[in-house]
Amino acid sequence: MTPLLTASHLSVQFGGLKAVNDVSFEVWPNEVFSLIGPNGAGKTTIFNLISGLYRPTAGLVTFEGEKISHLAPYEIARLGIARTFQNIELFEHATVMQNLLVGRHCHRHTNWFQDLLFTPKVRATELQFRRTVEEVIEFLELQHYRDSMVAGLPYGVRKVVEVGRALAMRPKLLLLDEPSSGLNVDETEDMGFWIEDIKHDLGITVIMVEHDMGLVSRVSDRVFALNQGEELALGTAAEVQSHPAVIEAYLGGADEDDVPAGAGAAA
Amino acid sequence: MRFLFKTHYDQDVRLFRHGGQVFWYGLLLAALFVAPWLLPDYYVSQLVFIWIYAIAAIGLMILVGFTGQVSLGHAAFLAMGAYTEAYLHQHGWPFALSLTFSALVAGITGIIVGLPALRVKGMYLAIATLAFGFIVEEGVARAESITGGNAGKAIGSLEVFGLPIDSEQRFYYLSLFVLVLVVIGVMNLLRSPTGRAFVAIRDSEISAQSMGINLARYKTIAFALSAAVAGIAGALYAHKLRYLSPDQFTFLQSIELLIILVIGGVGSIYGAIFGAAFWIAVQQFIVLAKDWLPPAIAQQTGLQPTVFGLILVAFVLFEPMGLYGRWLKIRTFFQLFPFYRKGLFRRQKSYMKSERLK
Repeated sequence: MTPLLTASHLSVQFGGLKAVNDVSFEVWPNEVFSLIGPNGAGKTTIFNLISGLYRPTAGLVTFEGEKISHLAPYEIARLGIARTFQNIELFEHATVMQNLLVGRHCHRHTNWFQDLLFTPKVRATELQFRRTVEEVIEFLELQHYRDSMVAGLPYGVRKVVEVGRALAMRPKLLLLDEPSSGLNVDETEDMGFWIEDIKHDLGITVIMVEHDMGLVSRVSDRVFALNQGEELALGTAAEVQSHPAVIEAYLGGADEDDVPAGAGAAA
Repeated sequence: MRFLFKTHYDQDVRLFRHGGQVFWYGLLLAALFVAPWLLPDYYVSQLVFIWIYAIAAIGLMILVGFTGQVSLGHAAFLAMGAYTEAYLHQHGWPFALSLTFSALVAGITGIIVGLPALRVKGMYLAIATLAFGFIVEEGVARAESITGGNAGKAIGSLEVFGLPIDSEQRFYYLSLFVLVLVVIGVMNLLRSPTGRAFVAIRDSEISAQSMGINLARYKTIAFALSAAVAGIAGALYAHKLRYLSPDQFTFLQSIELLIILVIGGVGSIYGAIFGAAFWIAVQQFIVLAKDWLPPAIAQQTGLQPTVFGLILVAFVLFEPMGLYGRWLKIRTFFQLFPFYRKGLFRRQKSYMKSERLK
């Protein structure tokens, strides 16, 4: 079996800051792969490298064996990589339906001129798009919000709509950037069920950045821990959580405990 | 209140959402059809100006309202369309062909102007388009062999498919017909992937490209279409005025178009048409008002810009959604009567947007 996505020796530098430093990992088809780490560890940066918003300074990303780290974001999306954003990036002044339809954009077969005339082919594709979108709406139970403007929706629903928009692309790989941030306990639980369903029912591979360890251990097949742009540990959720380097990154090491309290406050 | 029970995806896709709309728009079109027989020539002529301004405003709306790009030089596209039409008409091209060609010339210019839009945003794009506006204004004044320069250029009488357009009525039908075509075209765009890509770019460029939208391509298309529609308006404008000179296509004209959008309501086709109608109506009203205003006010220079400035300020303060927004509120009031409440249209707080990728 070949990995769906590989990152090999991936590095990115912003001025003097090495945001990601020589990180390598492989994501296998139909697994849920979680990236964890303290703030500023480089998790979202890795997402931006995969989806083409940043260019790596060194190393490369391959998807289904092809190098993708030189492609533009829209070309990467067309290969079947969808993503959500940490701070929801929906199209605010459009309805939920229209947002999900944008997800179908890379499956269009018509050009602007055919759209201008609304030829029968455009109509046929539109109807087909709606069928797919309705499936996503049913899957995520968004029926109630179908025609609501996104600008008027509560935060929790927007989070789900963003996942829906990514799913409407029918991607092979889904990148979820903190799917549970800002959600309450019930909503986080629902999100967990959906991620499991996305994996089992839709057969989509998921890479997820997440801070809620409860959610991470529930849905992840493997967890990759990062700190300050470097790999700390890779393994199952339990293995990573008990890894000494991870504990040190989150709770601080033995050395720091020796530092007098006054010096810590000054720093 | 009407509840739509949708049983087929077609109901989502079609232009008219229900029978009521077909009826009311049909009635409106019928009223517009008989209007030139009932109204005096002068008012018919003013209606023609509304149609032409509405076409130009719809052109600008594609860019500003739907794609979220700025243009302070849209009068230049009007000029491109107007002068191309004047030139081709002079050389005996049939109207249908010369109108298409005028739109094409303006559209290609739009692509060229759109090139910086792929690199710059906001204020910088505004400056780039502003500069373009001045370049065209100056270019028109200098290219005397084509445009007649500052002396101006007269345009001969118009004939469409052998039918002479020699009366206000006939020109009214012609421009109304073109307006309806433009409206249908833009509505088609908006209900298809291209229009949704425009709106996506307006609301979030980052997620638009992550959804597979090629930003450069769609911004270019938006600029081209916007300019082409403005070019069509320009061509009609040339025949309406029968005389073109560079001072008709100044920076002020570009600003006028933007004001029309703001007053009408940015982000909808209705907004462009309402705005154009309001613009022409208020101009007429000012002319009439001069007769009964005290001479000290009526004789003031700059009365019209002052009134429009005040109106613009009032709209920005009290009705940022423009006339269209007001219309939506009135309509909702009657639909929900007596359950309308004041906060219904109040914007919800918007959540923090990611600034990290910019």
